[in-house]
Parts: sequence; C-alpha cells; structure tokens
Amino acid sequence: MTVTTSPQLREGSEAIADAMVAAGCRFFSGYPMTPFTEVLEHMAAKLPGVGGTCMNAESELEAVGMAWGAAATGTPSATGSTGQGLSLMQESLAELCYARIPLVVLNMARAQGDYWQATRGPGHGDARIPVLAPMDVPEATELTQLAFHLAAKWRSPILLFGDYYLAHTASSVSVAPHDYGAAPADDWSLDGSTSGSGRARLLSPLGTTKRNERGGYDLAQHYTNCAEHTDAMLAGIEPMIETAYTDDADVLVVAFGTPAKYVRAAVTRLRADGARIGFVRPITLLPFPSEALARAVGGARVVAVYENNTGQMVDDVRLAVAGRVPVEFIGRLSLDGSGFGIAPDLDSGYLRDRILEVLG
Amino acid sequence: MTERYLPTAAPPEQPARLVDDFTPTLLDVGEHSLCPGCGEPIAMRAILEAIESLDAVQRAIGVFGIGCYTAFSNNLDVEVLQALHGRAPSLATGVKRAKPNTLVLTVQGDGDMVNEGLQEVLHTAARGERVTCFMLDNGVFGETGGHMTATTALGQRTKNTLDGRDAEQHGFPIRVSTLIAELEGAAYVARGAVNNAGNVARTKKMIRRALEVQELGLGFSFVEILTMCPTGWFVDTPEAPDYLTSTLAPVHAPGVLKDVGAKT
Amino acid sequence: MSGETVLTRGTVVIDVEMCKGCDLCIDACPPRVLEMTVHEVNTRGYRYPRLLAGCTGCQACAWICPDFCFQVYKYDTPIELLKAEDA
Repeated sequence: MTVTTSPQLREGSEAIADAMVAAGCRFFSGYPMTPFTEVLEHMAAKLPGVGGTCMNAESELEAVGMAWGAAATGTPSATGSTGQGLSLMQESLAELCYARIPLVVLNMARAQGDYWQATRGPGHGDARIPVLAPMDVPEATELTQLAFHLAAKWRSPILLFGDYYLAHTASSVSVAPHDYGAAPADDWSLDGSTSGSGRARLLSPLGTTKRNERGGYDLAQHYTNCAEHTDAMLAGIEPMIETAYTDDADVLVVAFGTPAKYVRAAVTRLRADGARIGFVRPITLLPFPSEALARAVGGARVVAVYENNTGQMVDDVRLAVAGRVPVEFIGRLSLDGSGFGIAPDLDSGYLRDRILEVLG
Repeated sequence: MTERYLPTAAPPEQPARLVDDFTPTLLDVGEHSLCPGCGEPIAMRAILEAIESLDAVQRAIGVFGIGCYTAFSNNLDVEVLQALHGRAPSLATGVKRAKPNTLVLTVQGDGDMVNEGLQEVLHTAARGERVTCFMLDNGVFGETGGHMTATTALGQRTKNTLDGRDAEQHGFPIRVSTLIAELEGAAYVARGAVNNAGNVARTKKMIRRALEVQELGLGFSFVEILTMCPTGWFVDTPEAPDYLTSTLAPVHAPGVLKDVGAKT
Repeated sequence: MSGETVLTRGTVVIDVEMCKGCDLCIDACPPRVLEMTVHEVNTRGYRYPRLLAGCTGCQACAWICPDFCFQVYKYDTPIELLKAEDA
C-alpha cells in the first residue's frame, strides 16, 4: 500500500499514518487496541514500501521499548495506543524524557478522560511531554508532522492526543510533506560508530555524561539538568489556540479535540441567534495556552468548559483565568455501551441547549 | 637472604611482553563500587574482550538492564543504550531492526531478565531477533540487597527467604536458558560461569560464539553467565566460587544447550 | 628458602590500591604463587596479594580479578628463581 499525499478520502487512522510517513517516520511499533488498531494496520502496510519497519509488539510495554530502541539510532520513530495502553507505557515515557530521546506517541483515546494522563504525565517524576490535540482529520495530519519536528528539535517524546472519531472519520484530505527546514545536528544517536573511539556515546535516562573517575551516575545533577531542559522546551514551544467571537463575548465556551468541533458549531448557531458567546479551543494542551486564553476571556462574565469526562481540562482553565472570572464545568461523561468513546452528547443541538443553560 | 615476595609494583626489568593489561581496551574506568568478590566485573571483562576480538567494535551497541552491573554502563568505550529493568530486549530489537548492520547485545541480571523481563526475552528469542542477550545470573536481586529471584535455587538463603527458598511457599526456579533453547528463533544458547579461570576461559568462548552467531544472522543468541555474589549469598568472598558450584550450578547447569550453526 | 629453584615464565604488576581483598586470585592461580598479606593493608584497609616465584604468565589472576588489579607479563626467556618455602 502506498502513501497518498494528494487529496483522497481516507479515514483518520490512514491519514495520520500517511502524515507520519510524510514526516519521515521509518519505525513504528504497536499493540492492537481500539481505537488505535487501524493506525498499526496502516503503518504495517505502508512502512515496508518506504524502507521502514513496523513491529507487532507482544504488549504495549514492548511497543514503546522497541520504539525507544529505534529512536535511539536517530531513526524517526513512533508508537501509540489508547489510554489503557498509554498507562502501561508510562514508566518508559517518563524515562524517555530523562534520556532525551525523540519519539512521537499517539493516544487514540476513548472519550477525553485521558487529559490528565497526557498533561500531568507522562508518569513518575517531573518529566513533561508536550501534547497536541487535533480537532479533525486535516488538522491531525498537520499536527502529526509538527509532532515529529518538535520531537527532533527538543529531543523529547511528543504526544498526539486523538480519539475514536479521529481514527474512524473519513475526510478528503491531502497530506503534503511540510518542510521544517534543516534537522538539528545529531550528536547523540547510536549506530556503533563511536565505539572504541575513546568517546563512545551514551544514551541513558540516568545521565548523559560519561564518568572519568569512578563508575556510576550522578542523578541529582541529571534530574536538575532535565528540569532545566523541560522548562526551556515548554517555554520554547509556541502554545497554539483557536479562538472565535471572543471580542465581545459575555460567555466563553472552551473545548478541545473532536468534541470542540461540535461545540464550535453550537456556538456559531447561538451567535447567529444573537447570543454574545465566544469559543476557545486549546490546541497545545501542554504547553497550555494560558496567556492567550486569559486574554480571550476579556470582559466575559463566565467561562464554560465542555469536555467528555468528569472535569479535567477545567482545572487548567481555572488556573489560566486565576480567579478573575467564574469557570463552570458543563461537560459530562458521555459514552455508548462499547466504552470506546462514542458520545451520544456530541450533537450540536444538545450542546446548544447545554450552553444556553449557562447563558442564563 | 632472598626475599620471599617478588617485586610487583612496576613492569619487570627483564625483557618481557605484556600479555594482559589491567583493564580491557573497551573499559574506560576500572574502579567501581561493586562488592569485593563480585562476579559481574569478571563477566563484563569477558564480554568486552569478546567484542574486541571480533572485527565489530565500531558497530557494537550495548543495551543495559538495571542491576549492580548498571554501574558499568556509563564508563565503557562501547556505545551504550541504557534500558529500564527487564526492558533491554525490546530496545535491542528496535535498535537492530532500525540498524541491521550493528552488533547489538544486552547485559542483564537474572532479576532483570527472568523476573521483570521474562516476556521480553522470550518474545525476542521467539521472533529470532538477531541480537545477543547476556544474563549475569547470581540467583539474587543484588542491587536492592540480595532478594529472591526466579532463578534462586531451592534452599538458597536470601534476604527475603532467610530460611531458604521453599517450594511450598516460593515455588520453583525458572531455567530461562532451557525455555529459550526450546524456541525455534533461538540459534545459540549456552550457560557459562566465572567462578574459576577455566570457566572464565570456556565462558569467553561461548560469548564470542554467541556474537558470531548474530553476525552470521542465524537468529537469537543467548549466554547465561553464573556469577558470584558473596554479599547476596551470605558467604565470605573466597567461599563464593564453591557456593556457585554447589548451589547455582546444579540448577542452571553450565554447557552449550543449543548451537544450530555448529559444525557436526 | 630451601635452595630449590622454580622456572618462572612470567610476572605480574599488582595495583595494590585497587584491590578489595576478595582472595579470588589466590585459588585461581594454578601454580599457587599468590599469597595474601596478613597484616599489611592498602590505604582502603584491604589486604592484597603478593607474588611468589613460579608464575607462568597464564593470566588466570587477571581474568578472575573483579577489580582489574593485575597486569601480566611473559618473560622472553624464563628465569630460574629460588622457590619460596611453603608458608
């Protein structure tokens, strides 16, 4: 199966796979789990044709492990799963941050309850992984490519936060490779060539410098270095946000991911009916676009947060507005019997009514 | 009156050639904090010398697990990818699949490989990944103080089996080399030991053969190396070699279990 | 000394300060020409090995030492040395 970059009707899983290949990904490993499975299928079909490798790992732990190993050689690599599988990967994702290894990680999530996992993750310790949350298939293909660029630039894992709808919605989309300019110099990856040189390279979550007196690592120094790097990375990544109708908004509605498209549609209808209502969509969940969100709040009297969970992003919105304005959670868990994240509430009519309750 | 002891502070004045230097070439720093009498540096030396003896140094990448031996991972003149506890085989798989021309080896303890990482090594072997895994087996989790692992022998005293491992309570040891040898993807499986010079010499041959098997692309290769842990075994350092022979070796018997490429 | 000589094919340099007194080299040496000190210790407080006549340069000590204390030399021409009496 070939990689199609010209406009084609394809499901999100395939579009994301094509975007990964266009971005230079040549190693993918995964374990089947709904709604991530099709991404694995598409990568298994597409990678061999471009000289890449797709591995069926024996569990999510080994999926992230294999991707770790491939990424360590400087090969642009990715892995992914859904929320439960990401939970299994957490130790490795945190340690990948401490080892400074680029890796794109997909969470094709079920609903939106993985927000905390994504943004308060990746796991133990103070590591942080930047998070990109596309709203639809076309945006997903762009953010996928951005993810590979950020991973290489900052030598870090980057999380792409998708979901069931993204995976299974077919859109007509073109996946043109985006040129991000020259890749950063690679002075860290392994291919054996520095062995025996007196300067053999080391890639370790325990430390990045070789000892020249006694063996062993200095974790105090290393974790301090990691913290500095995390700060620099989060400060260096431009937070992304979409705003609409915020200049004179009385009520602001905040949403992310696929549900945000429905929320935006509801807000647009309410605007057409004359309501002074605005819409804000964080696109980078980490770094969270706090400043832009606070500016967008302007003179609004209330901020409403819609998400398909029991209230997670609402915390970050509250932090961003710093008490200036009340923040109300208007989301709720909405699932069908499968638990895969098909949400009966994703209906612009329902959302319009829910927002009207806030408008008072 | 002739001195009983010969001078050993400096090289000899009589014409002589150096046959063995203090450290192997690929070891940057010889000093370490491992216990007196620990077998792991002995095994590390053998592995490094085997890598050097093949014409593959500039393609070699070592993937390390977590254990006492991790102290070596940042002072070798070999490229090192440090993994998490039990996870070296999956990383090694990724490295080798991405860069098939490299010589990829793992260094793991028994706790790392047979407890935390049993799934990883079995699947890596079953897939026939062209990597070589080395297991330093001392029958205990050394780094955390000497606790029972899946390879601990029945009757062996450890920090959490002070009355000796009891089958009723603690079950039976796993012979991971035997399990691996059963898998079609495994091309070379052997057990060595480092408790005396003869065993070190035999083990060096196994290590070299395992790496050769990788270079020949025959499949997964594996060497289990029984090492002394006097601290974990509650014995004095000079008794540890005999303890290895009497306690670990009967359960994990040294020898070559499988060599599909051997000339008959 | 008894006056008997022993053909000595090699010798070692011992890094006494690296030694952790584990005694592995003593039993590993096939001609048994290494002997641990009894009272003398290095700066870290460990006893260390000393060399008697009769070394064959077989490298067993270097292979077995966990602390990389030995350099091993082989003489171009073996030397007859006075054999140490059994301690």
